[in-house]
This record gives sequence, structure tokens and C-alpha cells, in this order.
Amino acid sequence: MGGPEIERLIELLARLPGLGPRSARRAALHLMKRREALLEPLADAMTTAARAIQVCSVCGNLDSRDPCGLCADGKRDASVVCVVEDVADLWAIERSGAFRGRYHVLGGVLSALDGTGPDDLRIASLVARVRGPGDAPGEVREVVIATNATVEGQTTAHYIADRLAGTGVAITRLAHGVPVGGELDYLDDGTLSAALRARRAV
Amino acid sequence: MPAQPLPIPGGPAKLALVRLSLSDFRCYRRLRLECGPEPVVLTGANGAGKTNLLEAVSFLAPGRGLRRASLAEPDRRHGPADDGRSGEPGGSWAVAAVLATPSGPLAIGTGREAGTERRAVRIDGVPRSGQKDLAERLSVVWLTPEMDRIFVEAPKSRRRLLDRLVYGFHPEHAAALSAYEHCQRERTRLLGEGVRDDAWLGALEDGMARHGIAVAAARRVTVERLDRSARAGWPQFPRATLALTGDVDRWLEAMPAVDAEERLRGGLKAARDGDAALGKAQLGPHRSDLAVRETTRGLAASEGSTGEQKALLLSIVLAHARALAAERGLPPILLLDEVAAHLDRSRRAALFDALHDLGCQAWLTGTDEEVFGGLAGRARFFRVFDATVTPR
Repeated sequence: MGGPEIERLIELLARLPGLGPRSARRAALHLMKRREALLEPLADAMTTAARAIQVCSVCGNLDSRDPCGLCADGKRDASVVCVVEDVADLWAIERSGAFRGRYHVLGGVLSALDGTGPDDLRIASLVARVRGPGDAPGEVREVVIATNATVEGQTTAHYIADRLAGTGVAITRLAHGVPVGGELDYLDDGTLSAALRARRAV
Repeated sequence: MPAQPLPIPGGPAKLALVRLSLSDFRCYRRLRLECGPEPVVLTGANGAGKTNLLEAVSFLAPGRGLRRASLAEPDRRHGPADDGRSGEPGGSWAVAAVLATPSGPLAIGTGREAGTERRAVRIDGVPRSGQKDLAERLSVVWLTPEMDRIFVEAPKSRRRLLDRLVYGFHPEHAAALSAYEHCQRERTRLLGEGVRDDAWLGALEDGMARHGIAVAAARRVTVERLDRSARAGWPQFPRATLALTGDVDRWLEAMPAVDAEERLRGGLKAARDGDAALGKAQLGPHRSDLAVRETTRGLAASEGSTGEQKALLLSIVLAHARALAAERGLPPILLLDEVAAHLDRSRRAALFDALHDLGCQAWLTGTDEEVFGGLAGRARFFRVFDATVTPR
């Protein structure tokens, strides 16, 4: 087939999530056919991104500046911090437009079997952020734990709640229950009983 | 006088496989089997491929099937006669089925997703992520020759049988069990590595307590149901008295579930040093056992003869089928591998009548067709020979 450059391109594309060797070949071919319209602009965008994108030293978000745009935004409520597993989760919550506080991205979940411990996650920096500098109380009043409703996500949530106990901040987690627009009849028993337990006055 | 069988509301409801299609499954390259709601009898020589068919059906329920196979294991291997290559892997296996249910036909497809280590599940053409969706729609229970010694073996195989029976009543049981085992494995790993992070271990023990008590509670309710159903048993089969033995099971007898949860959480925390030394948790529902006694003589199941043990096992499975039919209106699909041949004539007749009364679709295998004479006119007969299946 093509030269080593093409092979290398295909090999790298095949490592992207959702792409296998077949779709990587298709994507590579597509890029090469549209050299000016796609391949070169993409290469430029990637070079720029590789140079500019950094991890926010405050919250762990990805942005071209540090602190990131969300942490630097003075209009956002710094007293509420939402803890998420990954940047993808941060984006999901931002898309909802329902949250105006700050974030803290853990960078994964606790998993002994995968060798991911508390030191591999941004947990120490969360605790430091909540405690504030020195003995003075920090500005954080509430931590919303928004880890996934998986076994690992819940273990991590429990761990964080434990580590933040005694700091005096309110610790909350996202509600589990009936999805918006959902029909009760179609819900599984676990979700339905979680929704019942989390019921509230109207 | 034996008590009358439990009434089944609305008469015997039918849940039956009416079409089974296999591709690249064990010895079968392609197979399509059309059947009706009645029992299916598969006869043929040893090694003809009868149990492979039952295994294919067992994959319509959550879990690893009746052979507890790894995901890629059922992939068909090319035989020497196929294309000259021997032992080369074929495609990834798939099982598709059409079920007749009270609410109309239901299509279920499952198999190994090509190129991955994931099991794909589709229901009516829509991909589903969890196997719980399977448990919500049908229950499959099996008896195989490997289970003949279940009452004398280690408790693990009895727990496995019980958990399968629980799935029928509590579709979320499989998820709770796997969440419990996950937390348990993680905790064992941490303790083994000497990590003494109190918060991390506490989070895992909290998960073990929440999921573990849910597991134990579902087992307990199921055992009660089975016991009630067994009391109205069939006179030809020995009646089984079931009980759960284990610390958490005793706690659930004596206290509300939230208190049992608290106790398990505390117990695990206190046992960290000992568990680290042993390399496993000494407390929790993974230590429970299903104790089975033959009711009339009060003998432990393990003390009975091989034949009696088999009959007792069968009576538990029939009690489950009846309880499920009464409660959910859907009896399970029963896979009875080499079961009929080991029953005496009167019990065999009683089994066939019971299957008929329950409206249960059973898949029975055996080497001799004569054994199934009592099912003539009430079942569909197939001959299995060298991975081909022909109607009789």
C-alpha cells in the first residue's frame, strides 16, 4: 500500500476512541483526498492545540489558559464546587446550562484493580481547595459530588465525602431517579426505589 | 394427602422459544430450529451437539451460560472436514431467538461483539447495555449432569444455583451481586497490597454492605417463596425444605435490613487485619450456604442416594417454576440435560405431567428416544447427529 507516512497516519488514527483499523483507513484516505480543505487545517489545529492546551492547575479542566476560563470567570459562584470524574462530564453539565458554580475534575475513579488510588486522582487538591489557605476558612460552602452512578463512581463519591467530613462544607450528590420525560412503567426497580427514597415535598 | 398445587392466575401462561438461530456457535456453523410452545426433546449420541443447543438457550439469560464459559469460548472452531484448517477460530458466536410471550413475540439476540470482549444483547433489534434487560423478560434455569453432586460439593455451586433462581424474581439481583463482588475484590486487593487507607476501605465496605444486604435479602425472600411453593409439591418427588445459613442471613432474620447493613459495615471494618492475612473477606453473603433437607425424613440432602439427590434438585427447580408462574405469570424455560434417563418410570411420568401442568417449555436431552415415550404427542422431538438437527 502507501508509504510509511500513510501507514503511520492510519496507525495513529486507529488509536482514537471509536475508530478501528478499517475506519482509520477510511478517515486517512478522506483526509488525504481533501488535503487543503481538511488535512492541513486539521494538522494546524492539532499543532496549535498540542502547544496551547493545558490542564487547569485549579480544577483540572482543559483550556488554553491556566486558570481555565471557568475558574477565571468572576461571575461564577466560587462557593459551590461540582466534582466530576472527567472533562467529558464537565462538558455535559456545562451543556445543561444549569450549573453556575466551579468544577473540580478528578481525572478518573478509584480502582484498586486498575491500580488507581487517591494519589492518582486530584483529591488532595480538592481537599486543599475546600479547606482554604492556612487556618482561614475557604470560600467553598458546598461540594456537589457528580461522579457516575457506577460501582466505582459511588465508591469514589463515598471516599470524597469521607475525606471532606469535618471541613464544615455541605456535601451533596446528584439525585438518582426518574429521568425527565420518563415513564414510571419503563423504569427498572433499582431506579424507581432510588427515586422513592429521594422523594421531596412539592 | 398432598396439598393442592398453588393456583396459577389466568391459567398456565406460556413463555416459549419458538425459533432458535445459531451462528458460529460451538459445533454449529448455522442452525435454525423452529419449535412450538411444547417441550423440546433432543436425542442423539454423546458428542452429537445436544448440550451445545441447551447452552445456546442458556445465553438468553444473564451470566455465562450453563458451562460457565468465557466469552470467546463458544466461538466455533473450524473442524478438519470444514476447509482443511484445524482448530482455526471461526467467527464470533451469536444466538438469536424469537419467544412467544403473553404480550406477543419478542426477539432476543446475543453474542460476542466481533473484535471485542463484550457480550452484545439486542432486544427487538435495539442494543441493550445490561444483562438485566434479559432477566426482566425471561428466566432460564438448568440442570446438568455436573450438578449431580451439588449437595456434597462446596457451597459455591449451591449459591450459584440459588442466585439463578433469584434472577427470576429479582432481575436486579445480577447487578447487585456483581457490584458486591466488585467491591469485595477491590477491598481484598487493597488489603493484600497493605494499603490501609481508612476512607478508601470504608467506601468499599460501604458498597459491600449496601449491595451485600440487598443480595442476601433477595435470596432470603426467594427461599421463602420456594419453601411455600414446595409445600404444595408433587407427591412423586421428595419435598425439599430450604434454609440459608450464614451470618448475614441470621442477621436478616433478627433485625431490619438497615441494621444488618450497619452490622456488616462494622464487621468488615473490624475484620480488616484478619482478612488481609487470609487474603479474603470472612464476612458477607459470599459465605452463605443453601441448606437443603428432605422434608419427610428430615435428612440432609447430601445424605440421600444419588438418585434421591437428583429428584430433590428437580423438585426445587419445579417449585421455582411454579412460584414464578404464579407470581410473574411467566414460567421459566427449563433446560434438563440428561435428566430424564436417571429418573425411575413413575417419576419420569410425573416430571412430564408437571411440565405440562406448569405450561413450562422444557428442553430435554437424552441418548435414547424411548425414555421420552411419555411425552409422545405433547412434545416436539428432534434428532441431533453430527451438528445437524432434524425433526422426528
